[in-house]
Amino acid sequence: MKTIKKPEWFQLIESNKERNWEELYRNRWQHDKIVRSTHGVNCTGSCSWNVYVKDGLVTGEIQATDYPQIGGDIPRLEPRGCARGASFSWYLYNPMRVKYPYIRGILLDLWENAKKKNSDPVAAWASIVENKNNRNAYVKSRGKGGFRRADREVVNEIIAASNIYTIKKYGPDRIIGFSPIPAMSQVSYAAGSRYLNLIGGVVMSFYDWYCDLPSASPQVWGEQTDVCESADWYNSGYTVVMGSNVSVTRTPDAHYLKESKHGGTKVVVLSPDFSTVSNTADLWVPVKKGEDGAFWMAVNHVILSEFYHKRKIPYFEEYARKFTDLPCLVVLEKDSTGFRGGKFLRASDVAESASEERAEWKTAVLDEKSGEIMFPKGSMGYRWAEKSTDKQKWRLEHICGVTGREFSPALSMLEGGERVHVSFDVFYGDKSTRKAVLREVPVKEVMINGEKRYAATVFDLLNGQLGVGRGLGGDYPESYKDTESYTPAWQEGITGVKAETVIQVAKEFAGNAEKTNGKSMIIIGAGVNHWFHSDLMYRSAIMGLLLTGSVGVNGGGLAHYVGQEKVAMISSWASIAMAADWQKPPRLQNTPSFWYMHSDQWRYEKSVFEYFDVPDKTKFQESHNADFSAKAVRLGWLPFYPSFRENPLTLAMRKDPVQSLVAKLKSGEMNFAVEEPDRTENHPRVWFIWRANALSSSAKGHEYFMKHVLGASNGLEAREVKKDLRTVSDKEPAPEGKIDLVVDINFRMDTSAMYSDIILPAATWYEKDDLNTTDMHSFVHPLQKAVPPLWESASDWDTFKGIAEKFSDLSALHFDGPVKDLVSVPLMHDTPDEVTQTSVKDWKYGETEPVPGKTMPKFVITERDYGMIYEKFVALGPNAGKQLGAHGVSWDSSEEYSELMSINGKITAAGEDCPSIKEASQAVNAILHMAPEGNGKVAERSFKALGANTGIDFSPLTKGSEKNNMSMEDIVIQPRRIHTSPCWSGIIDKGRPYAPYTINTEFGLPWRTMTGRQHFYLDHEWYQMAGEALPVYKENLAEDSLNETEEIDETAKGLKLNYHTPHGKWHIHSTYYDNLRMLTLSRGGQVIWLNNKDAEGHGIEDNDWVEVNNLNGTVVCRTVVSVRIPRGVCYIYHATERTINVPLSERTKERGGNHNSLTRVRLKPLAMVGGYGQFSYYFNYWGPIGVNRDTYVFVKKLNKVEF
Amino acid sequence: MDIKAQLSMILNLDKCIGCHTCTVTCKNMWTNRKGAEYMWWNNVETKPGTGFPKKWEDQDKYKGGWDVTSDGLRLRLGGKFGMLAKIFYNPDQPKMENYYEPWTYEYEHLIDAAESKTQPTARAISQVTGKHMEIKSGPNWDDDLGGSDKYASADPNLSEEEQRLMMEFESVFMFHLPRLCNHCSNPACVASCPSGAIYKREDDGVVLIDQEKCKSWRYCVSACPYKKVYYNWNTSKSEKCIFCYPRIENGQPTICSQSCAGKIRSIGVLLVDMDRFAEVMTVADADLMEAYESCILDPNDKDVIRQAKKAGINDEWLKAASKSPAYAYIKELGLALPLHPEYRTFPSVFYVPPLSPVTAGAEAHAGLPDSDMMKIPLTLLAKLFSAGNTEPVREIQNKLTDVRKYMREKRFGGDGAEKVLKDSAFSEEQIEKAYHLITQASLNERMVIPLSSHAESKDPYKRQGEVGFGVRGKKSWRQ
Repeated sequence: MKTIKKPEWFQLIESNKERNWEELYRNRWQHDKIVRSTHGVNCTGSCSWNVYVKDGLVTGEIQATDYPQIGGDIPRLEPRGCARGASFSWYLYNPMRVKYPYIRGILLDLWENAKKKNSDPVAAWASIVENKNNRNAYVKSRGKGGFRRADREVVNEIIAASNIYTIKKYGPDRIIGFSPIPAMSQVSYAAGSRYLNLIGGVVMSFYDWYCDLPSASPQVWGEQTDVCESADWYNSGYTVVMGSNVSVTRTPDAHYLKESKHGGTKVVVLSPDFSTVSNTADLWVPVKKGEDGAFWMAVNHVILSEFYHKRKIPYFEEYARKFTDLPCLVVLEKDSTGFRGGKFLRASDVAESASEERAEWKTAVLDEKSGEIMFPKGSMGYRWAEKSTDKQKWRLEHICGVTGREFSPALSMLEGGERVHVSFDVFYGDKSTRKAVLREVPVKEVMINGEKRYAATVFDLLNGQLGVGRGLGGDYPESYKDTESYTPAWQEGITGVKAETVIQVAKEFAGNAEKTNGKSMIIIGAGVNHWFHSDLMYRSAIMGLLLTGSVGVNGGGLAHYVGQEKVAMISSWASIAMAADWQKPPRLQNTPSFWYMHSDQWRYEKSVFEYFDVPDKTKFQESHNADFSAKAVRLGWLPFYPSFRENPLTLAMRKDPVQSLVAKLKSGEMNFAVEEPDRTENHPRVWFIWRANALSSSAKGHEYFMKHVLGASNGLEAREVKKDLRTVSDKEPAPEGKIDLVVDINFRMDTSAMYSDIILPAATWYEKDDLNTTDMHSFVHPLQKAVPPLWESASDWDTFKGIAEKFSDLSALHFDGPVKDLVSVPLMHDTPDEVTQTSVKDWKYGETEPVPGKTMPKFVITERDYGMIYEKFVALGPNAGKQLGAHGVSWDSSEEYSELMSINGKITAAGEDCPSIKEASQAVNAILHMAPEGNGKVAERSFKALGANTGIDFSPLTKGSEKNNMSMEDIVIQPRRIHTSPCWSGIIDKGRPYAPYTINTEFGLPWRTMTGRQHFYLDHEWYQMAGEALPVYKENLAEDSLNETEEIDETAKGLKLNYHTPHGKWHIHSTYYDNLRMLTLSRGGQVIWLNNKDAEGHGIEDNDWVEVNNLNGTVVCRTVVSVRIPRGVCYIYHATERTINVPLSERTKERGGNHNSLTRVRLKPLAMVGGYGQFSYYFNYWGPIGVNRDTYVFVKKLNKVEF
Repeated sequence: MDIKAQLSMILNLDKCIGCHTCTVTCKNMWTNRKGAEYMWWNNVETKPGTGFPKKWEDQDKYKGGWDVTSDGLRLRLGGKFGMLAKIFYNPDQPKMENYYEPWTYEYEHLIDAAESKTQPTARAISQVTGKHMEIKSGPNWDDDLGGSDKYASADPNLSEEEQRLMMEFESVFMFHLPRLCNHCSNPACVASCPSGAIYKREDDGVVLIDQEKCKSWRYCVSACPYKKVYYNWNTSKSEKCIFCYPRIENGQPTICSQSCAGKIRSIGVLLVDMDRFAEVMTVADADLMEAYESCILDPNDKDVIRQAKKAGINDEWLKAASKSPAYAYIKELGLALPLHPEYRTFPSVFYVPPLSPVTAGAEAHAGLPDSDMMKIPLTLLAKLFSAGNTEPVREIQNKLTDVRKYMREKRFGGDGAEKVLKDSAFSEEQIEKAYHLITQASLNERMVIPLSSHAESKDPYKRQGEVGFGVRGKKSWRQ
């Protein structure tokens, strides 16, 4: 080795003078203050940030690192935050910041002219919208620029006038509002929804519309979604990630997955592409797109064979008996070939118990000792007990609610039972030769109405369904190598995953759960949930968790992360947001049904059975989704607004309004609006959009919206098809431009702003006070004003206050005192409504009588004092001081109500003394102080209330937190951890992350389902008719059944690919998409990701401009070509904007569209059923979801790029 | 022995999720201004890939770093004489096309557009010319691409076999590599500066470019083999990562470290022997890693402490050095390696090489996978982190795997912990320490940064009332 001297270039400078210049960079690292805030919409990350302010300018942000620790061996949370959040400060001062109110110039001219002729603003508005030329003039120019700066006073007057005009002419249920996921800025959401609910407007759901709602969650658990906080990933011993790219979509949480690996957890990722999270795994399973369900069916086949048949695991069996419906008895129905599963056996079926209260809602099991039928406590019949003898029986115990006898439920009747052949439907392979398989299933004879019938346990039926023979006769596969359903070899042909891989994963997944008592976890997301049959895929996976006792266990369970959220203080927040503190009921609309009808997407498709595969479609009375949607409204399953062509204010004024309405409906003199959606009176008229990009990111079938809702130029090429309709009328020609006025409240000029009529400048998330919670962690922290609302912007709370004030003032001239309003409300979950419809009977077809609240919606008359809207808006109304509650639990709230008066100060509204919520920070205090999660005293009281219903002592859960509460001031100092609450199912404690259903498993609280247990079996008759009573494998939708690509003309055709919109790395939906920071770090605009071999075959290279189209619309964008994308698929990461560097389409000559230009919704009718246990409506909880992943597109090189 | 205290950063690539938060928080604070548009003091590259600026590792093209000659080390760029000859024309310097043409959009058009035939859109415009432009490359162009025959195939590190694997869906692989200035112990930038404007700070080893002295020769841009010095066209000075010294001096982590959502970064003090560096500069590539580590001294060795005190390193720093996570990663646990040690600049930034999913052939493996089943070719990692020697990388991957296997036994009901220990290069203590550092350590344990006071070297009594008033320039209050 040659040594050399220390080189002379080594300048080591210590001298002060020489280093004085260093002050330069030190001066940059200076700030006048640091303010705690966060990013308030869309993202469930919910990260606390420090915002730096210097010279009145926000210079940047960095994550807060001062969360209290969870404790134990749970790795530290901080720093929570990602590149997108870190780029937010760019939005404050960028050139497309909406600084002032804007209005479409043509509309302003019309308004000024109209005002000259009409001093009354309402009359002025009428003169514009009732004149066809006037209306067309501004409607047709939507999206084409020409905005003019306006005065807030003027636009507020226009808005108020349009609202009053609409209320008087058509009814308040024509005024709608859309804002997504409240949890991230709860007061800002509540601002709009509170205003709308006070005036009788319609608040639109989002979770189902985004297709983030996993339908399987209500189906299995009776719960919207309940998941562990990400810290609990660390407790898992075996984690399977599927359809969820957590490194990209749960960036601040992803470290827990990595840390769990270093703590010994095995991580398996199922992903069709080699995604960032695939890269994190021990094992990447490149399952074929959308075939995760087949994989899990085979996993469950192996689990049943290995862990229930070859060996028995006491922990698994005990869990299955107590916490699932596996031991529940199902009555078999005879069919042409054998038997098939029917409905649960209930107390009403058996003579001895038929006279029990709510006997139809008490399910049965077999006592393995006595061989007798028992009715376990905890079923829904006990939840809504009225008789005192039936109370406190809503709890999970092996005790018969009827006889009081203790029992041991039999899982199986394999030993000594009779056997019959049961047919199981098959939904794969060649359609023409498909037939159901016949398999022996052990059964027990039961007497029902004097008739000899057979009943089987769900467990035995499940073994039959999954093809686990256990020595039984019939079409069972012989081994794992047999390609009969649902073996490992069978799935190989579908998923492309080797049989031995599935066997290994199944054994390890269950083996880990056996060793750890259920610490096996599935992290799941949109990659699975956006398929038409997502509920089946989810149920297949959940089945694996239930069979291994992994739900309700820290470190185990289903962690569904797609746009999920958690308004932690749900009870107090809902009271404010839904204006329940003043009046009920609100008008809450499930958006997928609403827009399927109102954006006329229904007119472009034929029977749903073109793509929805069922054994015998003739068993359904309807075939078109419009008819299904109408039936769901008619029978009280789902809401739909407007409700009737007549004004609900007029309807409410009639004598005996409800009876007369029912009579008219029965005679056919009146229809539901959903049955005649395109009649002029039934159009939605005014649309408020805030915290949202409703016309772009959220608009499945964007171009249908452009055409029918907005009347704007569009790229829609689909044509209407001939339909076989039963109750819905398509006689009117499809209208274009239904909406009179779109008001967007925004801080950036996104696609929705571009197409709106009025844009109000919104304060950014660093310019307002608000509250932020999530289910990714169990802490509460605030948004705060780092700088004042810039230019003429205002917080959403102040914006809607301003509108409310104008509205109230103007109303005084138009209404003589209070008016009555007839509100249609569907049968609601977590109320006795959920035990109303034991079978589907349609009064319109004469199958039953129309009885409000039983066989049809409820019709509630409420009073609205339009002159008082502002007063009520700024005061927490007296109802909040009586009872508060959520999810079926309620408690006395008077103490906190009066405390809040001294915390927030008093204000008088509608003649009552109320706590003030005039300022957003006061609303934050109200939310925190009145809810169990924020106030330990309330937690204690609310658990006592739940204890009174169930007879369970929950006091260990609130011990020590009774004296803790929190306010805005507290959470500004440091994020605070929430308390365990009866509104949620998980336990929060020192060293213990929140994990769902731990209260159920540890305290015996029932799930809010039919049996009170977790459901494998869904016995609603429609699920039986569709062959989906048990989880089953169904093929994804056939491309040629969708009317999206087959009629496209030759010139547009190119590379045909399945089209996916997974969540992207550089944006949270479209937020940050247009941010220069993010655009610079990505490809600078909209791109489509293609496989290299697919691209090569069509002469397409990386960064080429291409046109992507199908009959739904056209996108013009650039390509990214990569080996990590599988063949046959293309991705446009959700969500893009058509505002940033988008050329014209060669084909349409219009501006190219965005990701949603290629989509439309496909509703699954099974998600519409109602009035039946957990299948009952709740906002964002139930109803069809906006699936769009089965779509196909053509990709073709663009010849010439023109802007 | 010439002991110096050197701040060092560890990046655990096995925890990196490629989120770029570090990049954005750094950008906001330091390079969000005219002349610095294209500068990314911290960036994150996808490997395989060509990085930023494109193909920066291709030293045949850029001539960065040092060459071993018979006379010892010599800048690849050439001696002072050769450099002077090129003073007005430097062919080895990256051009705009090697970086990218920074752009923005006509954002205001979205609001201001008059009523038009079609929907307005904000077209891309160049931040250089102000004219409409086609976006053809950017600072992170090959992000998450993995296999790509247009970009990743130009990664200078890839062998033919690796090129083949990368281009097949079943065997595609990738990982993320965050990069910043390495604050080298043998910095080529310092050596190349004709103006003497670049220096290494005596007290913490941070390398800085004096913004008053820089004369825009730009030799540093060429000489840095990592291409982490950028020329500011607005101020006509070169700039680079400053290791957030205004924060570091106050015991706060660098912005990139504090904002790292994957919690992959640690910062600590290393006590290094500068004489030893000079001795080992020219060892053969294969021995480089061992020689390199021999320059890093044990901070808990009494002799080292005594000598360090003599060299003027105070107790605050020695205490920090004794708890240094950097020392733990590099020496105690042997888990971290520098990037391209063969450039011989002796970086102070170290990386824990990543594990990866198993290959398609090993899909049905039982239990936790061994390092020889993994997708990312060992040879590629060795090229990046140990001058082509696969041994050190393999050893680290085995140790990481042992930590996992041991913890799995302990946490999830196994009884094989003893067996794991028996076969491991790690002792129980080392496993527990590695586990703690990787999963459990708090921010304060990951970032052990001594406070600096300057109390001795400046006139604090006077400065107390003046500090903060200072602005650059002659009319400043500062004398």
